Amino acid sequence: MLEHTQRPLLSPRGVVLATLIVATALPGALFGGILALTAATKPLMVAALIRRFVGVDPATWPYTTLVSWGSVAVLALILLTFGAVISGMTVWWEMRVSSRMQSRIGYNRAGAGGFLQWIADAVKLLFKEDLIPAEADGMIFRVAPYFVMTGFALTFVALPFGESLIAADLNVGIFYLIAVTALVVVGILLAGWSSNSKWALFGGMRSAAQVVSYEIPAGLAIMVPILMAGTLSMQGIIRAQGAWPWQWFVFTNPAATVAFVIFFIAQLAEGNRTPFDLPEAESELVAGYLSEYSGFRFALYFLVEFGNLWVMAAVTSTLFLGGWQIPGVGPETFAAARGAGDLPGAAWWGLQVLSMVVMVVKTLVVLNLIVWIRWTLPRIRIDQMMNLCWKYLVPFAFVTFVFTLLWQVLVARAPVLSTVTGVVLFGAFVVATFFFVRLTKANIVAAGDRVDMSNW
Amino acid sequence: MTLNEYAGSMQKTVSSFWHGLSITMSHLFRRPSTVQYPDRTPLPVRDMLPPRYRGFLEVDAAICTGCQACERACPIACMQITLEKDPANPKQRLVTQFDIDEAKCMYCGLCVEPCPTGAIQHTTEFEASMRNIRNLVFRWADPLKPFPVYKVEKGAEFFPRAPLGSLVRAKLDAIHWDEAAVTYLPPEPPALPAAAVAPAAAPAAAAPPAPPSNPESK
Repeated sequence: MLEHTQRPLLSPRGVVLATLIVATALPGALFGGILALTAATKPLMVAALIRRFVGVDPATWPYTTLVSWGSVAVLALILLTFGAVISGMTVWWEMRVSSRMQSRIGYNRAGAGGFLQWIADAVKLLFKEDLIPAEADGMIFRVAPYFVMTGFALTFVALPFGESLIAADLNVGIFYLIAVTALVVVGILLAGWSSNSKWALFGGMRSAAQVVSYEIPAGLAIMVPILMAGTLSMQGIIRAQGAWPWQWFVFTNPAATVAFVIFFIAQLAEGNRTPFDLPEAESELVAGYLSEYSGFRFALYFLVEFGNLWVMAAVTSTLFLGGWQIPGVGPETFAAARGAGDLPGAAWWGLQVLSMVVMVVKTLVVLNLIVWIRWTLPRIRIDQMMNLCWKYLVPFAFVTFVFTLLWQVLVARAPVLSTVTGVVLFGAFVVATFFFVRLTKANIVAAGDRVDMSNW
Repeated sequence: MTLNEYAGSMQKTVSSFWHGLSITMSHLFRRPSTVQYPDRTPLPVRDMLPPRYRGFLEVDAAICTGCQACERACPIACMQITLEKDPANPKQRLVTQFDIDEAKCMYCGLCVEPCPTGAIQHTTEFEASMRNIRNLVFRWADPLKPFPVYKVEKGAEFFPRAPLGSLVRAKLDAIHWDEAAVTYLPPEPPALPAAAVAPAAAPAAAAPPAPPSNPESK
């Protein structure tokens, strides 16, 4: 009865336009806010800005503290919103990619390409009843999502976005990240325990076992880039790497390549991503620790789960893939562009934008890799999960750790070694990519099909 | 676990990643095999369905003999047929009612088989969501304008039937999904009151009546 359906609010072209506006303006505004505020909330910059725009001496001006704290609060709000928005967009993207990988169309109703679906989902969840099971431990049940959310939100403090774009370049950056992400498992465990449900309890316990086990290989694998950079600071680790692929940690040290794989697998397990999504294995545990949740609290878990993809990808590209390093632009270029004045010049801001773009692109590539793996591999059994961790990842992580210690001694004697390894391993990566593309093409042809993106 | 098995499982992991990722990637660059129903199908779905699809029933009144074989065949009595004598011509019988409730119909096709002329047939129509389910009762005979039964000629092998689907299509086009429920049907029986069910269960429990859970209802 299509003839009788109501006329849509917008014409098809209007829908595309509205979607494009939301899809560019929302992340654009957030990235812009992060760009401006991560740089501008540093004490020196605040002082310079007050001197320039208010025309008073910041040392004697009574509102200096207020301004700097206010701007930090705004930055925190922007980072939190960024986490939520990026998580929503990741949901949309993942659903689109997953449906293509399964020869489906996927989201296509709300907005062009179904892009606005994540907003519709969020609004729907906000209007749902906040149900607390009668026999649940009410207080813990209510509080648990906030632990998860806090663990997620705190990671953005030490997540680099660009050369000078980081909320706080802590000298213990990566250590801090490991520490705060452990808060997520507290929330999951509390949720599982307080729900007073078999499935939720199983999910929570599995998650705890999984995360605690995989912290070990992840921690040891993280030690490799730390040893190579000689610092725990996120920006310091990035600065220790070069911009070109053969200068990245992942290629300059054979042990780091292995450590990258170990770290990546451990991250998947810690983020409860397929193939390690045992805590919420829907075929056996309904939804695991979030079985009993509904409405806003459920939305928080979901937000964190998908927002974690960004965090995982950003940390991976920081540790192993050279972060925001722009090819051909060294620290001297940044210093020259900044100029001698109080406030940096326009060229410096341009370089910052460029470094942000590099970082975002790398993050998105790794994010897509995570999505791709999720829709390729089935869930593994719990004994396989433990086997993988204790029999394979942990021993190999120790080997990479010890190897890197020796390697650093060698590289200190002969720095050319790291360049040679970088070029060789990167070359091997390129060759592998070539063969992979060939195999993929062969798979398409073998199915009697052809490359066709017309209905993307 | 021998060293061979240990290394072998790693080798298997790598190769299954290699092939598995390639297969999912190959699907990523191919056209999806599903279609976007209902608004991006190359043809209306009713025209893409196989002809033996069992959709809504359609009755061509022009060749209906009024034998009621279909009504008798229906296992769930979703049709109602009434015949009356024509007051003007006592030899002529008229079909004054021929209602098929498509909401009740289970699309088994048993009514189609005994029909001597092929007047009742399944079509490929199926899209008729209605706000009021009673609007899915299709009246194939107008009580105010009853149709005379069709007389089959001896040895006839062909019956002039209207194109299959055209009649039901016209009916669907004439009705809006949001229309008020039809009034010519008897009213729905009232829902069974809870009290009628409760006493049956109460003696079995053999327990004193539970105090009202809601204190305000005292």
